[in-house]
Amino acid sequence: MLLTISTDHRPATDLGFLLMKHPDRVHERELAFGTATVFFPEASDRRCTAALVLDIDPVRLVRGGSARADGPFDQYATDRPYAVSSFLSVAISRLLGTAMGGRSRERQDLADTPLPLTATLTPLPCRGGPEVLERLFAPLGYELSTRRHALDPRHPDWGDSVYLTATLSGRVRLADLLTHLFVLVPVLDNQKHYYVGTDEVEKLLAKGQGWLENHPARQLIARRYLKHRAGLTRAALAQLAEPAEPQTPELHEAQAAEEEALEVPMRLNDRRLEAVTDALLATGATRVLDLGCGEGKLLRRLLREKQFARLVGVDTAPRVLERAAQRLKLDRMRPRQRERIDLLQGSLVYRDERLDGFDAAAVIEVIEHLDLERLPAFEHALFDGARPAAVVLTTPNREFNATFARLTAGRLRHPDHRFEWTRAEFAAWATRVANRYRYAVRFDGIGDAHSDHGAPTQMAVFSR
Amino acid sequence: MTGNTISIPEYCLVLLVGPSGSGKSTFAARYFKPTEIISSDRCRAVVADEESDQSATSDAFDLVHFIAEKRLNARRLTVIDATNVRPEDRRSFVDLARRYHALVAAFVFDMPEALCQERNAGRSERDFGPHVVRNHVRALKRGIRRLDREGIRFVYRFSDPTRVDEVVVERRKLWTDRREDAGPFDIIGDVHGCADELERLLEDLGYRIDVERPPSGPAYSVTPPAGRKVVFLGDLVDRGPRIPDALRLAKTMVDAGQALCVLGNHEAKLVRKLKGRNVKLTHGLADSVAQIEAQPDGFADEMLPFMDGLISHYVLDGGRLVVAHAGLREEMQNRSSGRVRSFALYGDTTGETDEFGLPVRHDWAAEYDGRAKVVYGHTPVPEAEWLNGTICIDTGCVFGGKLTALRYPEMELVDVPAARVYCPPARPIAAPEPSGAGDDRTLKLADVIGKRVIATRLSRTITIREEQAAAALEVMSRFAIDPRWLIHLPPTMSPSETSTRDGLLEHPDEAFDYFRRHDVGAVICEEKHMGSRAIMVVCRDDTTAGGRFGVDGSRRGVVYSRTGRAFFPDPETEAAVIDRVASAAGRAGWWDEFATDWFCLDTEIMPWSVKAQSLIDQQYAPVAAAAEAGLGATVDALARAVDRGVDVAALAERFRRRQARAGAYRQAYNNYVWPVSDLNDLRIAPFHLLASEGAVHDDKDHGWHMAALARLCDADRALLFATAHRVVDLSDEAGIAAATAWWDELTAAGGEGMVVKPLDFVARGKRGLVQPALKCRGREYLRIIYGPDYDAPENLSRLRQRGLSLKRSMALREFALGLESLRRFVDRQPLSRVHECVFGVLAMETEPVDPRL
Repeated sequence: MLLTISTDHRPATDLGFLLMKHPDRVHERELAFGTATVFFPEASDRRCTAALVLDIDPVRLVRGGSARADGPFDQYATDRPYAVSSFLSVAISRLLGTAMGGRSRERQDLADTPLPLTATLTPLPCRGGPEVLERLFAPLGYELSTRRHALDPRHPDWGDSVYLTATLSGRVRLADLLTHLFVLVPVLDNQKHYYVGTDEVEKLLAKGQGWLENHPARQLIARRYLKHRAGLTRAALAQLAEPAEPQTPELHEAQAAEEEALEVPMRLNDRRLEAVTDALLATGATRVLDLGCGEGKLLRRLLREKQFARLVGVDTAPRVLERAAQRLKLDRMRPRQRERIDLLQGSLVYRDERLDGFDAAAVIEVIEHLDLERLPAFEHALFDGARPAAVVLTTPNREFNATFARLTAGRLRHPDHRFEWTRAEFAAWATRVANRYRYAVRFDGIGDAHSDHGAPTQMAVFSR
Repeated sequence: MTGNTISIPEYCLVLLVGPSGSGKSTFAARYFKPTEIISSDRCRAVVADEESDQSATSDAFDLVHFIAEKRLNARRLTVIDATNVRPEDRRSFVDLARRYHALVAAFVFDMPEALCQERNAGRSERDFGPHVVRNHVRALKRGIRRLDREGIRFVYRFSDPTRVDEVVVERRKLWTDRREDAGPFDIIGDVHGCADELERLLEDLGYRIDVERPPSGPAYSVTPPAGRKVVFLGDLVDRGPRIPDALRLAKTMVDAGQALCVLGNHEAKLVRKLKGRNVKLTHGLADSVAQIEAQPDGFADEMLPFMDGLISHYVLDGGRLVVAHAGLREEMQNRSSGRVRSFALYGDTTGETDEFGLPVRHDWAAEYDGRAKVVYGHTPVPEAEWLNGTICIDTGCVFGGKLTALRYPEMELVDVPAARVYCPPARPIAAPEPSGAGDDRTLKLADVIGKRVIATRLSRTITIREEQAAAALEVMSRFAIDPRWLIHLPPTMSPSETSTRDGLLEHPDEAFDYFRRHDVGAVICEEKHMGSRAIMVVCRDDTTAGGRFGVDGSRRGVVYSRTGRAFFPDPETEAAVIDRVASAAGRAGWWDEFATDWFCLDTEIMPWSVKAQSLIDQQYAPVAAAAEAGLGATVDALARAVDRGVDVAALAERFRRRQARAGAYRQAYNNYVWPVSDLNDLRIAPFHLLASEGAVHDDKDHGWHMAALARLCDADRALLFATAHRVVDLSDEAGIAAATAWWDELTAAGGEGMVVKPLDFVARGKRGLVQPALKCRGREYLRIIYGPDYDAPENLSRLRQRGLSLKRSMALREFALGLESLRRFVDRQPLSRVHECVFGVLAMETEPVDPRL
């Protein structure tokens, strides 16, 4: 990666004094991840350019510098040795730290003066597109020009990569330019090669003094600089005298957020939990299974009802069950409460005798995550095998998708949904299952119903 | 006790038993080290400052137990110096000894009460009343005669104080302890009366056998090769045709110091029968009884003490080798208890029996992590295979298998095939189980989760750890295709050993070396296609799909990835591919040739980009874009500095080289990328015909596979293409050179490289199963994996340090499981039995292994 800083201030070679680097020499420094070099591709009275080059050791990134510890990355095929990233911030502070601090032994008056400066970064990963670059640097008074690099020149149809050659020009103090780059490069890249803790909040506030407080994109800057750690971001923004806004989901964030975002205005999830809880209470069940319990939202709701003497949550993913245990605070529960609930790793498509003998099972927003060809195995395992007295099952109503403005027609609500059913399709399936396994079934909608498309979620209650 | 010498095992628990003042501590101090003696008085002082503080007794005994447990766990002789006069006092120590497999010896001080009272009176710290000693004496008298029934093996009783002073206590090694004997050994598995095979095996091992035949029966004399010694692993008797001769031969050699023999469960039972106990004449015992009865008089009387004197196991060669009939856990080695004996004889049984009425065995070897190698028999296996430093060498000679010997320390296996099947196995090697007709509703969670132990024909049992199974459950439940179609998952493949040639990480030399080292004579080199691995199950028609695979008949085949996911996102493409391949099979005459309505292929589907486009978009292409942009700009800046006379020439040269490597990286992945708009853009290279009705084709060599598949490919050259390959005789240097040149050519043209396989589909060397395939990837291909700059000398030297052993061990286990699943499907075993193997492969794949291998 390459950073160049140019000036046409006269005499331009004063840039050397400001950076404390002689323009005719090569300045090399070993860093933990490789070598940083400063040299001057041009140095005349009229124009002077300093270049900072990082030669990052790609093997050390994966294997670490010693036999004891691995490096911060697990892949060799990574852009980290080549792209402008938080490694550049480290190099700026190590090689150009005095200049970033605004001090100069020989030219302090110049260091205190805004100068015509141009910085060029190649290749700068700009996550979220060049407009993010504009949002970050334009308010600080820079003029920007960018050139996007194609993903692969041999395949124009693949489009552009996230990398830019970005040029920022402005009349600024050198210290400010370096500070802005130090903070905003990792923000643009939206990742850091090191662990971010509370120190990082202080670093951000210290480096941001004088410009970050009133920066219109300070929310974005704080969030990305602090690696999306919500607690840290809140702390930083609080000290910038700013209440944190609820986070809007960004492109890269969890897929689940997408579905939630679609449904968020009506708090559909809460209403679903209430409707399912009511349906389970109405069956008179005391021993209840939550199949596909995820992180335990329904279980937490069901625990509040004394009627449910025994609750068992089942999920296929061990790490999801771990999170459920944390969220339910199982390890801190009073012993009597703790005896009411258990979490099991299981699967909807295998017969599991541990699930026999329950009064009711909740299967909430789960079947649409199974391939259609696996549904018969699920039906058999639950309705013929475990055979609870009642089953409360919900799934999205596909018809309702037409009302989601953000959802392209024909698309499903969640990338992992294998299918979504219309009300008629759901009714046909549930009726067939009920007949085959000798259950009665009734249907209900959850959420505000649309006059044509029905309710967002559909629910079937099976009983025998 | 004989004379004045008492001999106790060097590892045991010694209980001193006697009233206060009976002389226990004085006795102990004379024969045992202070550290070996745990005194209850001393422990009372440790916890309560006063030896006589009776209120601290309970805590003091907790401490006695705690110390005793630590010592026994470390296999150290331990002396309990407490009164131990009541049975309940002794029981807890006997239980402890049992838990750590220590024999118990008791020294009983049955002294006159008056003497004890007198001794105590002279000691200020024992100011308890005379009733205390009186009670001790009474309690001791009550239980003294039944000590041996309390589980105490050796009881030595003193009732005369002068006698105590006369004895000498000696320590002797356990019978099992032959650590000083370093061999070399020829360890022989279960003979079961197969004396013909035993004689031949001994001769193959270099032993000369002379037989004289007086009327009293044959008399053997054996001349071993210099210094060598046989170890019989027990089960010499039952089932086979020449049981008396097997016994004679073994006894002769043991008596002459030419052999060791451990006890097998069949000898144990025969001994009980010969001693007149009521024993059922099952599992071949009737053969022994009949054959022994037919021998001259005195034969049984001669053999009974021999068999009765056999012990459970031996620890040999400085503790590096343990032999036992059914194996032995580390915590039982060189110890003695009923449980040690029972484990050594019967193995680790769960108490359940299987569908053949035989005990279900727990696979202790799968968990073994002891320091000693354990060589054992007892459970017939098709082939002897090492697992965690253990090896079972019972290869079922009497069942028509072979008689196997392990040469130690050479670790070579030598075997002699059985002349015939002398006895049908009770648990058939290919058990014809009722077909479950592949109903996926029969799959039970309990059959896949938790720790799984799967018996395969190819290898021994394979253990799936609980976490691996847990991690695989989500993938199998949510992403895999219908399990009825999932009859195989392919094994992972290890690269060859790392090359030290300039600029290379892999080269065919190392692959050829590996196979030569593992006794493989000929290999096949196949061009490695850079696409995506796919398994294809193809049926002749929909009816076959419904009938044979138990599915609803909506498709006539599947194409799935190495993790069991549908290869093509849309069913239409999959159906079209299957139709084309089925038609090709028809034109190639396969249905008749193999008398089948279905077959299973192992293939590579190209281009790589058809499955990997998102990986290319998100990982590989961005790396190239970043590298080209950044390095290009840097090279320009450095050039300008050079023009100015700044001393950066070396750096400029370095970055020019990096720029060139970035270009090579771009080119490397582009070799495997082309746009796919329909079927005509796909290319499929089948390389194994894995199975068809009635057959898993692992008994044919790869030449056969290549020839059969070439006929299929000829029938649809637009979609299918035969894999280029060449067979290499590993003793032919010219052939090796030509194959190496071919690899150079393939990789220079941007090819991934080649796969080197033993010509036999399943190959075994002296050290067991050989890797089924090794890949040798080309320099440019590896750039995609290791990054643009990987072959810079300073990087390559570090990347060469990579460990292959986990990858190879996984490859073998997955290979065995993958073939096992096919075998079970072909044998029409229930879906759950097929699925357990496939699930096992997926579970293995959750193991974190360096993804670049």
